[in-house]
This record gives sequence, structure tokens and C-alpha cells, in this order.
Amino acid sequence: MSAGTTHVATDISLQERALRIRRTVLEMCRGRGQGYAGQGLALADLMACLWFGVMRREDDGTFRDRFVLSTGHSAIALFAVLRELGIYELDELRGYGSDGSRIEESPLEGTPGFEITGGSLGQGLSQAVGMALGARLRNRDARVFCLVSDGELQEGQVWEAAMSASHHRLGTLTVLVDNNGIQADGATSAVMGVEPVVDKFESFGFDAEVIDPHDHAQLLGALRSHGYAPRALVLPTIPGRGVPSFESHHKVHYIRAPDDVWKAAQAELETAARA
Amino acid sequence: MLSEPTAADAPFGDALVEAAVVREDLVVLSADLSKYTDLVPFLEQFPSRFFQIGMAEANMMGIAGGLAKTGVRPVAVTYGVFATRRSYDQVAMALATGPTASTIVAFLPGITTPFRATHQAIDDLALMRALPGMTVIDPLDATELRAAFLGTLDSDGPVYLRGLRGRVDRLLDPAGYEFRVGRVLPLRSGGNEVGVVGTGIGTAWALEAAQALADAGLDVGVLHVPTIKPLDVDSVAEWCCRRSAIVTIENHSIVGGLGSAVAEVLAEHGAGTRLRRLGVPDRWADAGSVPHIRGRLGLDADALAKAIAAEADR
Repeated sequence: MSAGTTHVATDISLQERALRIRRTVLEMCRGRGQGYAGQGLALADLMACLWFGVMRREDDGTFRDRFVLSTGHSAIALFAVLRELGIYELDELRGYGSDGSRIEESPLEGTPGFEITGGSLGQGLSQAVGMALGARLRNRDARVFCLVSDGELQEGQVWEAAMSASHHRLGTLTVLVDNNGIQADGATSAVMGVEPVVDKFESFGFDAEVIDPHDHAQLLGALRSHGYAPRALVLPTIPGRGVPSFESHHKVHYIRAPDDVWKAAQAELETAARA
Repeated sequence: MLSEPTAADAPFGDALVEAAVVREDLVVLSADLSKYTDLVPFLEQFPSRFFQIGMAEANMMGIAGGLAKTGVRPVAVTYGVFATRRSYDQVAMALATGPTASTIVAFLPGITTPFRATHQAIDDLALMRALPGMTVIDPLDATELRAAFLGTLDSDGPVYLRGLRGRVDRLLDPAGYEFRVGRVLPLRSGGNEVGVVGTGIGTAWALEAAQALADAGLDVGVLHVPTIKPLDVDSVAEWCCRRSAIVTIENHSIVGGLGSAVAEVLAEHGAGTRLRRLGVPDRWADAGSVPHIRGRLGLDADALAKAIAAEADR
């Protein structure tokens, strides 16, 4: 990420960091009463471990390793990370999805902290491949992490990109598959089954495995590991994770609810975090 | 500006090597067409800066976008049909939204291929013209192809440049020719009755027709417009409005390309100048050699001359 960063507290545990990300996600959605809260909550552990436990920085505080958000609709999780990095203030983030706000639900390249235009799903992995190729060409020791979703795997370009990643032996590239089992029209298995995801990536030359996306020790081990072949971490995230009533919300792909629901969710998050 | 007609071998390949020698940041991507787009000299001299992506143009455009974010200048090279129809959303998202400093070189423009709709890029200018921030160039000859490629390598955004491969005609004198984005070139002055506006090799066809008409006593002006976007609206309007009728000629569908761009200019200037658009009619073109297809589409010199003369007589 090229955006400059202010001083970031390093004495915050990853558990606390994930909780803070979840708090920000709920605050952002509460502003307008709607948003991709399910994804933001689900990705909080991954984002906390990746950004605050794995991705390396340069001496000037900028990140050497790069994060590519292909699944643009999950921008809410990245915005919450960027708040932790001092790029955005909560007041502005509360404008999430509002007319005139730069806190878009699916932002374009150029929005601070967003490396690419994600959200036209299926395309981000190609750009991540390009970044990994470019880093190698320029002798830069940089890893590239690309977040895609399971529904997104239905786009053929993902597999073009996967083929090129292994052909060019991009061991610095790690694909993070948010395998949450849902997409716009319903359950991924019902819309267009994508399993077995691990086998598919392995057959494309990846070193692939399923990782518990809410277990920080597993996440850190898997995210830090890399070798000769590109990696694919398949993450069966639980949409709404951390807010029990959201975990069972029937429209968790996109939640639109009155303010009391969001207020209750915030209380649930704090209760669950203390448990 | 015009010189005695000659030809050059693989002018794009030479220009690419020429640029790569002085620009270490220049990288080239191909989707399994390096041998057919004059890339071999580059990949032989600069193998580490050549990325073979295989038959996957959508992926190639995305990779180009990612490469650019590491500080290099990507040049993505393929056929026009694949650079546009096949990977339109990828060009739009990965290269145009940034915008990303990048160059797409798109070969087999219009009818310059014996295959039909699969390979004839008759709609690429229309598609690229619709993308915000895209620079769209259709060069006339070897001189302009080289100059336009080299002259846009410092652009801040994406450039779509139609490529001409193999032995390419040279009509413009390279001595003193400087490409500037948007600049139009009056190649024949002509009278006030009818003027012809061309782009790409369509301008060469226009010059053939204009010569035939001159031989028959009708002096017709020819304006060459290599940059379809950004279009020098004022210069085009000024040149066209001095004439009673305008004929546009392009190696592209008459829908959405040069003819449409000129129509927009004339209408928005309230010019009232009559316009006839010539190019590939709104149907899939024939197969075969360029002369054969031109004949089938009414784009050979005789047919063009008759069409232009008809406008002068109205």
C-alpha cells in the first residue's frame, strides 16, 4: 500500500485489533443502516492477522507487502483496517455508502488504501499477478496477498490468472479465498458450486489448504508460510462472525436494518468478545 | 509532409526496441501472438522484460495493470478484437479507472486480415472511444505508427494504438514528422465543395480517391485525424465548416468511430455541413485480401471517388 501511514500502535493484540475492526464495521453500517457487515465481520480476524502480524513495512512505515482487494464489496473490512492505520477517521467512515462520501461500498483505484479497482469481480488476481511479476523484475522482496471470494471463482479470469501465477512460479503470491458459501443470489453451492476449491487450486499448480479463518494461530502460520509455488488459503469464514444474531441472519450477504438492530449488534459484539 | 510512397519492415518492432534501449521501465506483454505482432526483436533482446501470458487477453490486461503499479510501463500487444471485445471490462477497470500509464497496441485493425468477424477489429475505435480517459490513435503508416508509439510512452493514462505489422506502407516523411496527441494533419487543401476526413489507413484510401478525382479535375481536400480521442474538436470543425460537404473514410465500422466523432463535432457546432460516413457498413465484412474486401465494401479508390464526387454534385 502506497498510502502514507501515521504512527500505528504496536502494543495492541491481534485479538483486540480484530475486535476494533469489527466495531468499526458496525459503526460504518450503522451510519446509513446498511452495508456489507457480514463480510466485514467475517474478515476481521484475517485482516487483523495479515495487516498487523504478517505484512512487512519499509522503514518509512509504508507497506512493502501488498494487499489486493479483488472482492470489492468487502471494502468495508479494508476501510476498517485503514482506520487502524490512521488513514481514515471514524467520522468519515460513518458516511459509508452515502452520497458524496469517498467511503464507497465498492471503491475504485485511487481511493486511499485501495490498490486496484476491485468489485468487477474476477479481475483482481490478474493485477496481483502483475504486481508479483513486477516486484520480481525490479528485485523487490515483496509479497502480494489477493482476497477473492468463493462466488468470484465462477469468473473464468480467476483461473486464467491462477494458471499464469503458477506458470511464472510466483511463490510471493498468496490468494485468500473468502469461502463464505454465500453470493448475491443465495448459497454458492446452489448458484454454481465451486468446490472442491483446494483441489482446483492445487490442480492449477498452487500450494493450497483450508485454514480456520477465525483461529489467529492458524492464520499467522499459514499467512507467513510461502515457498516456490503460489499459495491459496481457503478460508471458510462465518458471515457476521462475532455478532451471533448476524451469524444466523438470513440476508447476511447485505444487511439493511433499522438502527436498533445495529445497536443491538454492537452490544452483542461486546458481550461475545468478553465471553 | 507526404513523401514518395515507400515501405518499412516491422516498424512497430523497431520502435519498440528503440524505446526499450533507453527506457528500462518498458515491459511488453503478449497473449500468444508475439510472432504475429512484430515482437520477436524485443523479446530476443530483452527477455526478462517480456511476459508471455498465453491465450488469455483478459488476464493480460489485468496483469498489465498490476505491473504498472510496480513502476514499469506496460505495453500490452495483441489483436484489436481481443484487446477490445474480449477484454473490454479488464481494459476499463485495470487500465482506465486508475488511470494507469500504459499502452495497448492492437493489430489487424479493420479489414487488414483475411479472416472475417473473428479477427477484423471493426468496432475497436468505437469501444475504446467510449472509455473515459482513453487515448485512441489510428496511425496512417509506418512513420506515424512509430512516432505515435514513441510519442505517447510518457502518457499518464492508457493509450490504445492500432498496429500495422510486417511490411507497412510509408506515406509520411519521417524527417520532421512529430506526433502530437490530438493534432490533425491537412494533407491536401482542396476546394470548398467537399472535403474528406480520414483516419488510419482510411486516410491512405482517401488520398487514392482524391488523386483520382484530381486527375479528373475535382480538387478535394483531405484531413488526416490520427487521434480519434481526444479529438481536436476545434480544428476538425474549422476545417469541415469551410466546406459544403464532408466525407469520412475509416478502416472501421461507420458506427462509433471517426464518422461518428465528426458527426458529433458538426452537430454540436451547429454547422449544418452535410456528412457522409464511409467505412465498413453496419454489417460483418467479407473475408479475403484487403483489395478484395475494399472492393466488396465500396472502399476501393474508384468507388470512393464516385461517392465523394456525388457529394460535390449535390
